[in-house]
Amino acid sequence: MDPAPTTQAPDARDSRPERRPWLWVAWVVLALLAAQVIAFVLRSDRLELPVVGEYLFAAPVLDGLVTTISLTAIATVLGALVCLARLSSLAPLRYLAAAWIAVFRSVPPLVQLLFWFNLAYLVPVLSIGIPFGPSVGEWSANDVITPWTAAVIGLSLYNSPYSAEIIRSGLSAVPRGQLEAASSLGLPARDTFFRIRLPQATRIILPPMGSQVISLLKGTSLVSVIAMTDLLGAAREVYTRTFEVVPLLIVAIVWYIVLVAVLTAGQSWLERRFSRGY
Amino acid sequence: MTTPVLRVRGLGKRFGDVTALADVDLDVAEGEVVVVIGPSGSGKSTLVRCIDLLEEIDAGSVELDGELLGLRVDRRGVLRRMPARATAPQRRRMGMVFQSFNLFSHLTVERNVWEAPVRSLGEPLAEARARAQQLLERVGLGHKGDAYPVQLSGGQQQRVAIARALAMRPRLMLFDEPTSALDPELVGEVLAVMTSLAQERTTMVVVTHELQFAREVATRVVFMDAGRVVEQGTPDEVFGNPRTERLQTFLQRFSAAAS
Repeated sequence: MDPAPTTQAPDARDSRPERRPWLWVAWVVLALLAAQVIAFVLRSDRLELPVVGEYLFAAPVLDGLVTTISLTAIATVLGALVCLARLSSLAPLRYLAAAWIAVFRSVPPLVQLLFWFNLAYLVPVLSIGIPFGPSVGEWSANDVITPWTAAVIGLSLYNSPYSAEIIRSGLSAVPRGQLEAASSLGLPARDTFFRIRLPQATRIILPPMGSQVISLLKGTSLVSVIAMTDLLGAAREVYTRTFEVVPLLIVAIVWYIVLVAVLTAGQSWLERRFSRGY
Repeated sequence: MTTPVLRVRGLGKRFGDVTALADVDLDVAEGEVVVVIGPSGSGKSTLVRCIDLLEEIDAGSVELDGELLGLRVDRRGVLRRMPARATAPQRRRMGMVFQSFNLFSHLTVERNVWEAPVRSLGEPLAEARARAQQLLERVGLGHKGDAYPVQLSGGQQQRVAIARALAMRPRLMLFDEPTSALDPELVGEVLAVMTSLAQERTTMVVVTHELQFAREVATRVVFMDAGRVVEQGTPDEVFGNPRTERLQTFLQRFSAAAS
């Protein structure tokens, strides 16, 4: 039997959204808070926005910025290398990488920076040569371990276990069938890794890796304790001279925010790029 | 007598305590379509996976055109297992179609087909792409080259997988339950492509539960149970006059399920 045509049945098209009185209250509170922040920024004479503007693009600050970015980049790449070792088909290399990860993940980054900076005390002379045999070259540890090398070593070592584990989890999440198909087609190992496995793993690696790179970027600010002039170090050098502490910290803050924004944008672009086909 | 394309002798494979294959012998001559049937867990899939070097064999040997697969005799006459790296050229001579398609999900359909000929065989890109297009048209998907696998139905994905395997110009095509993961109404389109390959005298080993396909297309039917080849012969012999009780029971169960 067909349902009888009726005029009484309600029609979803006539409905209105549910009323939400508290929504308006929330908007008013938010507007008040925003107004307060803006008023504070405009009225405070201690913020010294002109000073911020003056130093935002000053040469030492930009140099510090470059240092911060380079440290982040180098430590990320080294992390990837440890991961490759961790997945190597050579068992000794794999065990070395596993031990590396276990040790360097346990030591806080600040402790590592101080340790590597003071390496010269433990090992006065660095030499390369046959183990327990003659050496090919020798260098004084004091010359080799500058703030820059200590920072690179410390941050890379601290970061590499995290990156390595993130990359490893991504690689092992690629379905077995994909690798079987590649193997069945006789794809060379190199192509299987770079054209099949890694692109698929990248989709899984990107979100945690993005967070990791961002936290590494911010972690680089620790290097200022070993007299390294990164972004924060540069700001500190200026304000110890001029006593404009807050404006220069704001300069550093602005740059950190900009860098993280750029990284985040890059991350979402890459995520879109690698989610094709899913 | 000419050398068969595929020769399997005394093949054995164990997974822990489970014997998947025991003393399997199988010859496949050029142009033959061998359909392997049998209950689940009878070792059919393991057989084709061993032939395609996806599983390491524990006993016996597999030869393709008289060449040992995955094993070699070194200068001192010692038999050695080849590392995966060294067996890639052998795998390229066999095309494999998986139950779960296994198309590369991050690559377009067209690229799924030409990736391996370009990377593995070093074919020029333009040539490989043109051939990929031809193969896609042949499986009725000429218009889907730019799609990603996820945008296709299961039947379409499996047809792309067949095109991908054919792109390597294999000596032997292996099918591992190619229609088992498909919705019933999509099975026909995949079987149609396989039937047309058989009509062109492609040498094929097909593991399947599609007995109708075995009856119509196979030149020889092999019945496996508990990791052994129990019976083999022409479709008429196997389906019309099963000699062993196990095959009789198997066929009865199937016809009961079909009616």
